[in-house]
Amino acid sequence: MVTVSTTTRTAQDLTAQARDVLGVSRLTNHALTSWLHGLPGVDQVGCEARAASLGTRSIKTTSKAWAIDTAIGMIDLTTLEGSDTVGKVRSLCAKALVPDPLDPTTPRPAAICVYGDMVATAKAALADSGIHVAAVATAFPSGRASMPVKLADTRDAVEAGADEIDMVIDRGAFLSGDYLTVFNQITEVKQACGTAHLKVIMETGELVTYDNVRRASYLSMLAGGDFIKTSTGKVQPAATLPVTLIMLEAVRDWRDLTGSQVGVKPAGGIKTTKDAIKYLVMVSEIAGDDWLSPEWFRFGASSLLNDLILQRQKLATGAYSGADYVTID
Amino acid sequence: MSRLDVRKTYKLYIGGKFPRSESGRSYEVVSASGEFLANAAMGSRKDVRDAVVAARAALPGWSGATAYNRGQVLYRVAEVLEGRRAQFVEEVAASEGLTARAAGAVVDAAIDRVVWYSGWTDKIAQVLGNLNPVAGPFFNVSAPEPTGVVGVLAPQASSLLGLVSVVAPVIASGNTAVVVSSAARPLPAVTFSEVLATSDVPGGVVNIVTAQTAEVATWLAAHRDVNAIDLTGVAGAEGVDWAALEAEAAGNLKRVYRPALADGAPVEPDWNADPGLGRIRAFVETKTVWHPKGL
Repeated sequence: MVTVSTTTRTAQDLTAQARDVLGVSRLTNHALTSWLHGLPGVDQVGCEARAASLGTRSIKTTSKAWAIDTAIGMIDLTTLEGSDTVGKVRSLCAKALVPDPLDPTTPRPAAICVYGDMVATAKAALADSGIHVAAVATAFPSGRASMPVKLADTRDAVEAGADEIDMVIDRGAFLSGDYLTVFNQITEVKQACGTAHLKVIMETGELVTYDNVRRASYLSMLAGGDFIKTSTGKVQPAATLPVTLIMLEAVRDWRDLTGSQVGVKPAGGIKTTKDAIKYLVMVSEIAGDDWLSPEWFRFGASSLLNDLILQRQKLATGAYSGADYVTID
Repeated sequence: MSRLDVRKTYKLYIGGKFPRSESGRSYEVVSASGEFLANAAMGSRKDVRDAVVAARAALPGWSGATAYNRGQVLYRVAEVLEGRRAQFVEEVAASEGLTARAAGAVVDAAIDRVVWYSGWTDKIAQVLGNLNPVAGPFFNVSAPEPTGVVGVLAPQASSLLGLVSVVAPVIASGNTAVVVSSAARPLPAVTFSEVLATSDVPGGVVNIVTAQTAEVATWLAAHRDVNAIDLTGVAGAEGVDWAALEAEAAGNLKRVYRPALADGAPVEPDWNADPGLGRIRAFVETKTVWHPKGL
């Protein structure tokens, strides 16, 4: 069971807090721009080298077993296709409830991530298992819709029972420097979430530079996001190690700055156990062990679960396993 | 001025590429008379695992290709083998301690063997399949289908003729293969992988890992994603207990092709004998379908 601290704050509260952080009397786009552009720049070469070096750690035996179980527990098992059916969502929920029928000790993933119209189906299938239902909202994946539509999308998912909302930011507004619009949209969606947990998808593959990733991270946290998430999974590149490194630094520094902790969720393109373990190493090294729990770190993934299960079977039986021994949806 | 030797360090053949061993190891290959020939990669269990992944990925394409097409591809292998005849003669002579003349005969036999199996690809179904008489208005057809991913322990002594005699029947019917080459005589296998890479065999259909047989055979035999294993190469391999391998293979009910035995001990068969259909038959599954007859 994943426990998630919920914060219900109004847009006014969030704006007031943002004014405090920025040290200004009125939150204007100019104030936000000065603050975000005043953040230290990212050393691209250094960041990539650091991410690559953290990816070379060799994690074996008991550490590997721990990492595999921890990673499974952090997965937001995701299906976000136009072709999703009620049956597909139910079978995904069944997989979350019993990830490996051959081994009942296999931990369950943290959440199921679906489109808003599938929330009720997922909620019914998961019942009181403690597995959360996350819904993507705000005109996912492009985010190109008017604000009332985005808010209605969010409320609809929350009313259907979503425990977590994954929103996308307006990348167009962000890239054109209209940070206040992005800020206001996040705060309004946060308010519409009520007690549901808000994950802010920055779609780093469209943000062009690492500096922008850092700015978007701070802007999302400033506006009240409970999680910052790399990508929708619909744009290449999706989650990468350097981008996640920048986000982990951001949440670490944000906690030092404000005292509140924000989670990180890389999503898209994480397919193998090896990849997942690299991310866990990075979480531990950059953000610290406080983030090594499903409450503060998640993987947005679908095929990753099967690879983790195959590795788990290998550790348990001593023989390499194959795709015949895991369920496919 | 005398020219410096180009000393070679060969690599593995996995998924149509030539990677180094994951372990970074290599070992010296010496001739039958003990002279240094080249360095070969010493494959590890993880290389075998990667090879199985590649073989599994290649299976749908290769088993789905028409038998006629597989025959053409195998014939192309024979053509490229023929084109590199001189290199093979030299390597077989050095590895197996044969005279150039005897090695030439071995290489010719190997080329002929590939041609022979290439002719079989589109005839397997006629010979191993059947239209069964049944008491009802149905066509009842039994047809052979490839078993899947086949692990092959290649013969230790016969480094080329033996190798092609175990690999060709596996892939002729549409299986994909993970081959562990002769440990002491890997060079003809390495050159054969270069032949495969430059003929039309899709990457991953044949994967060749040069390794110490005893080290990797257990992992291949126990691998749950391998559907059959050919134990021919246990004959003369140091420290390999073939019965234990067969027991490991039972973990996922693999098909096991046992080595030839003489007085209870595994021996290499006579590779010049008529190969027969035994090796093709060992790596196919019979599927029987009922189809209603029209009027």
